[in-house]
Amino acid sequence: MQTLVAYVENKPGVLNRVSSLARRLNVNIDSLTVGPTENPEIARMTIVAHTDEKGGHRLEASLEKLVDVLLAENITERALLERDLALIKVLADQQSRPHLMELIKVFRARVVDVAPESLIIEVSGTVDKIDGLLEVLKPFGVLEMARSGRISMTRGGDLLRPPVASSATEQSAAAR
Amino acid sequence: MKLTGAEILCESLTQLGVQHIFGYPGGAILPVYDALGKSKLHHILVRHEQGATHMADGYARASGGVGVAMATSGPGATNMVTGIATAMLDSSPVVCITGQVSSKLLGSDAFQEIDITGITMPITKHNVVVSRAEDIARTVREAFIIANTGRPGPVLVDITKDAQQASCEFDWDASVPKLPAKRVRNNHDQAEFDRAIELLNTAKRPVILAGRGIMLSGAMRAFEQFVRTCNIPVAMTLLGIGCFPASDPMNLGMMGMHGEAWVNHAIQESDLLIAVGMRFDDRVTGDLRTYAKGARKIHIEIDRAEINKNVKVDAALIGDARETLEKLTPHISNPDRGAWLSHIKELKGDSAVRDIQSLPDNGHLYAAHVINDLWKETRGEAIVVTDVGQHQMWEAQYYHHNQPRTLVTSGGLGTMGFALPAAIGAKFAKPDSEVWVVVGDGGFQMTMCELATIVQEKINIKIAIINNGFLGMVRQWQEFFYDKRYVATPLVAPDFAALANAFGIRGERITQRGDVLSAIRSARESSETVLIDFRVEQEDSVYPMVPAGASLHEMIRRPSNPLVETATEP
Repeated sequence: MQTLVAYVENKPGVLNRVSSLARRLNVNIDSLTVGPTENPEIARMTIVAHTDEKGGHRLEASLEKLVDVLLAENITERALLERDLALIKVLADQQSRPHLMELIKVFRARVVDVAPESLIIEVSGTVDKIDGLLEVLKPFGVLEMARSGRISMTRGGDLLRPPVASSATEQSAAAR
Repeated sequence: MKLTGAEILCESLTQLGVQHIFGYPGGAILPVYDALGKSKLHHILVRHEQGATHMADGYARASGGVGVAMATSGPGATNMVTGIATAMLDSSPVVCITGQVSSKLLGSDAFQEIDITGITMPITKHNVVVSRAEDIARTVREAFIIANTGRPGPVLVDITKDAQQASCEFDWDASVPKLPAKRVRNNHDQAEFDRAIELLNTAKRPVILAGRGIMLSGAMRAFEQFVRTCNIPVAMTLLGIGCFPASDPMNLGMMGMHGEAWVNHAIQESDLLIAVGMRFDDRVTGDLRTYAKGARKIHIEIDRAEINKNVKVDAALIGDARETLEKLTPHISNPDRGAWLSHIKELKGDSAVRDIQSLPDNGHLYAAHVINDLWKETRGEAIVVTDVGQHQMWEAQYYHHNQPRTLVTSGGLGTMGFALPAAIGAKFAKPDSEVWVVVGDGGFQMTMCELATIVQEKINIKIAIINNGFLGMVRQWQEFFYDKRYVATPLVAPDFAALANAFGIRGERITQRGDVLSAIRSARESSETVLIDFRVEQEDSVYPMVPAGASLHEMIRRPSNPLVETATEP
């Protein structure tokens, strides 16, 4: 599994280009998240792909060849923080509710919606943590689940910033 | 100054130095054609949009500049797909301009509406839809930059009809490209550079692998300097042919599936490969597990995605070939390569006696004879545009190119039907050069409608059809690997000479070896296009051949008497 971060132009069709590239390279995407950055013209993607180190390099280099991809970096081997978020709707009657509340506490999850027959639990953390909670919730009856997919960031001073726009656009183009 | 989008497009193309546009009109591009009529741009009316893209491609390959193709929406655009993919696989800078239905109709399945940017996404370097007249000039400028910088490739610009019709203020100087601010990677890795120098200066049996990247970066002189300094023999990829003179004693010739045996053996026995502007295509390496096993590898390549893609390399020098070679050469010593070079000479001697050219003339006409005679007669100075198949390989083996951009051929995609339209493009790029089409009877029938384009444009090219009545390369595979079951490879063709006449072109048929030279001479003397139908041996094969998936040294060699089946002993 390889984790890549990409800064891309925040405009229509870019996600299509990125996913189309993965398809062309015969790489299965495990998770792909995209959202705007503090600069609304630039979006940040976290791509988790089913491939080996060689495939990760190829994906990184090929992504950066796309005109709309400003930067792509394979951060698999770096010290990084990874987060996934899930909303889990689970059956909860009078009897099971106290047990559920205990589990939620242990997993540092929280209840964000309460209905007579069910709860929605919000949990964030690593994929393993969410998978773990899901496992223990299954016996209660999981009705629905939505997961955000992973977002990743390298730790500490290891910064991954989008490149700064320069006035000499033609020069930067010539360099690619 | 207020102009319509269509006028802005024509004005922008003119500003960018475009002189020729290969295209075909239709509803969604009509405003542009109306504006074209008032411009100084020379529009060449093709007979099929695939031809337009191949012409633009041939123009780009022969000139080094950007070729421009134009078509309408829907079927006009989809007909371009094969030509765009051909340009993509061979890194050819082509800009395709397509008309699109009006922006308010987008997504409504309007007449001749198709999502051409969606279709061409994986086969273009970049593509874009323009739906505002204000964006046309800037987008076209960007398209030209993208197409012809870094590793070149095709760019498609899809312009909606309302954008062509709308008027807006046109200011060329203000329409500056606004390409995304991409990271500029520092490719100068001193450790890799030092390792490359170390490898170069200690290698005992090195071989240089020269690819098209040398031509694309204009590195011919730097490359020659590099070869002289390090005194290392050079093997060529198909698309690299011409970047280093064939007449140079250090040039071994083409490598790979139909490379000469000595070239492939030299590669397999080498202890260092220096790959310059090539991408270790499977047709070049054969089985990767056994490819040059004893060799360390240096890869000089502009595209980072090519590094370690097929072959794991020991030193990767990412960047422009010319800059990299100029930086590398001063650090290289000139060791004595006597033993290695004379060993290669021995390998060559063994193969040369099997060469078809060494056999006496027994009256039979072989494709190799035709191409060899063409080479001799044109002194190797013509631009030769080939199609795909046996004749293409024979051309690479028997026509010896000394100048860059004189062989135009579809390598990566292997597109049959490429030759005739690409040659038309090459002729417009180099009107003073002699242009020869070398094409099979199969490929010629795919795009022969462009003969009418030749006549309408009154251009002068020479067409040599290598006619063996088969889809020859496929037949050869059937002979070798499918027990001679010739399924769907024998093909009927029209009388090509008569067909040429019907188009108003002089046509001839040649069946005897003795008539080849005079036919070529007579065609060269004509100031008009001439087509020669060379009826060659039907079941001749290209040797040597590395079967697909086999090791590079496991070649099917030329039979000691290749003509034994059809020839009589002299």
